[in-house]
Amino acid sequence: MTTPDREHFLRRPGTITRLWWIFSAILALTVLAQAVVYVKGYFVVDGWFGFGAAYGFLSCLLMVLVAKALGAVLKRPNDYYRERGDHD
Amino acid sequence: MTELLSPALILVAAAVAIGPARGHLRSAVVLLAPLLTLWAVWQVPDGVQGTVGFLSYEIEPVEGSPLRRLFATVFALMAWVGGLYAFRLARWYELAAAFAYAAGAIGVCFAGDLITLFLYWELMALFSTVVVWCGGTPAARAAGVRYAIMHLLGGVVLKAGIEGVVVSTGSIQINPMLAQDLYSWMILCGILINAAAPPLSAWLADAYPESSPTGSVFLSAFTTKTAVLALILLFPGEPLLIGVGLFMVMYGIIYALLENDIRRILAYSIVNQVGFMVCAVGIGTPLALNGAAAHAFAHILYKALLFMSAGVVIYRTGKTRCTELGGLFQTMPLTTICCIVGALSISSFPLTSGFTTKSMISLAAANEGLAGVYLLLTAASAGVFLHAGIKFPWFVFFQRDSGLRPADAPWNMALAMVIFSALCIVLGVFPEWLYALLPYPVDYQAYSAGKVLFYLQLLLFSGLAFFLLLPLMKRTETISLDVDWLWRRAAPAVIAWLAGYARPLLDAGGQMNLTGRALLRKFTDRYLGQPHRADSDEQGVFARSWPIGTTALWIAILLSAYVLAYYL
Repeated sequence: MTTPDREHFLRRPGTITRLWWIFSAILALTVLAQAVVYVKGYFVVDGWFGFGAAYGFLSCLLMVLVAKALGAVLKRPNDYYRERGDHD
Repeated sequence: MTELLSPALILVAAAVAIGPARGHLRSAVVLLAPLLTLWAVWQVPDGVQGTVGFLSYEIEPVEGSPLRRLFATVFALMAWVGGLYAFRLARWYELAAAFAYAAGAIGVCFAGDLITLFLYWELMALFSTVVVWCGGTPAARAAGVRYAIMHLLGGVVLKAGIEGVVVSTGSIQINPMLAQDLYSWMILCGILINAAAPPLSAWLADAYPESSPTGSVFLSAFTTKTAVLALILLFPGEPLLIGVGLFMVMYGIIYALLENDIRRILAYSIVNQVGFMVCAVGIGTPLALNGAAAHAFAHILYKALLFMSAGVVIYRTGKTRCTELGGLFQTMPLTTICCIVGALSISSFPLTSGFTTKSMISLAAANEGLAGVYLLLTAASAGVFLHAGIKFPWFVFFQRDSGLRPADAPWNMALAMVIFSALCIVLGVFPEWLYALLPYPVDYQAYSAGKVLFYLQLLLFSGLAFFLLLPLMKRTETISLDVDWLWRRAAPAVIAWLAGYARPLLDAGGQMNLTGRALLRKFTDRYLGQPHRADSDEQGVFARSWPIGTTALWIAILLSAYVLAYYL
């Protein structure tokens, strides 16, 4: 499928930049579309303009940060349970 | 008479037959038995199909209902497509164990009473352990032992709870209950161990990734979802389950974000998805229970699909960690596409099965006015896209170029993945087909423009967060500690520490032991002599020979003493 001297089109820097532009346009569209499409809110806040976008982004940000912080405590090397001569 | 035979027995027979059968006959057994089971599942009418006396109880081996058929259907489907995926690669004993395991799951579906349920429950525990062991490595053996201990422990707790309930109510019927007394609590705990609920959830991410690439596909489907079915049957509306479910949802996301092993990411994501279902059972309204059942059905398909794509990658490359993979999309286009379909489904993207099932659970929370639960589930939906929807395909098939150029999936694995991908999309586009099978009448519109837009915003901006936060998510060669640290590391360390302190005591004890033995030796030498040496002069008091007269005298003295003592 790919020859060694020619990179797969998904790997070329030009394609990646273009994908970012397309992705950004889609993101903007999904928020702007709320001007014409009614989003039913069950608890007032979730009906606000762009709530889904902001909530999705911020909750992911929070989860990544929490995971990062917990990782500082919980992460151990791959052979953590093995170094004791655990038979496994 | 035949109505007393559970459809599970077909798979039990197939599991027995797989060993002796050879070549094409074995393939035929593997590929046809699950289809026969699927047919049998649909022949079971509603209600109890007769009873058998056992001790003083009336056992109900087969009871049909729409809910039971729904779970049995997806289990049989899983056995079939899993068999198709595995039959050319897996060893015969792994296939046999997997079929016996599936039989246990289907048996639980149709169990009309608690005793039958327990028997099939243990069948699952035994043969899922064998499937873990079929990983074949020392790590798989050790993980299998830990897995077996956990599930046998869960089985004991469940059995004790069942006996308590049977004794206190006099009935072995499967009736909805709440966790109010000790026995119902024990049943709940026994089931929750199988659902990978906290604090005993570590077994799942410990054992599943150690199995073979084919074994993990089977493992992903049965144990946790059977637990969800048991919860729907026994504990609908138990409020405790809402909290347990929410914890599982968040635990799964956080641990999956930290993880490097590709199948362990998926294993944590099982806990996350089962958390949605457990939470729905806790809400307990007809809509929520429909949502839990529908989501279990959809989840088995897309989770198995994701494990299949991971299995193909491991089979083709022999590598299991994100840090070793990347760029595989170039030579594995089909596996990449199937993986993305599975990833979009698990993230409940519109037009996939996750969207049409998971959104029922969110709506059920909203309808009950549970704002916190609704918002947490919504945040979790974003988190699922983050850890499974993008992270998994991104690190396996894209990110950097690892230089690996493996071939795409063999035909049977490819076919299995295509079948499940198609089902994920069909259930997303025509959800009413699944809704018709649900336990309660469905009055639910899966698609509305507003809802689709809301989810698109939520998911796409999670995607944006992923790519912006990529530097924070650099994979590391690490594992993450879990509660099992307590018995894998802390307990042995405490014992070693105590043993260190006890050493002087033991030494002193050993010294006393030696002295004591020497004394005893002196004593025996003095009185018993050395009876074992035939040629030696026997010197001990009791080892010497005595004249008969002396013996008679002693007997006379003893008898007189006895007579005296009697009259006194």
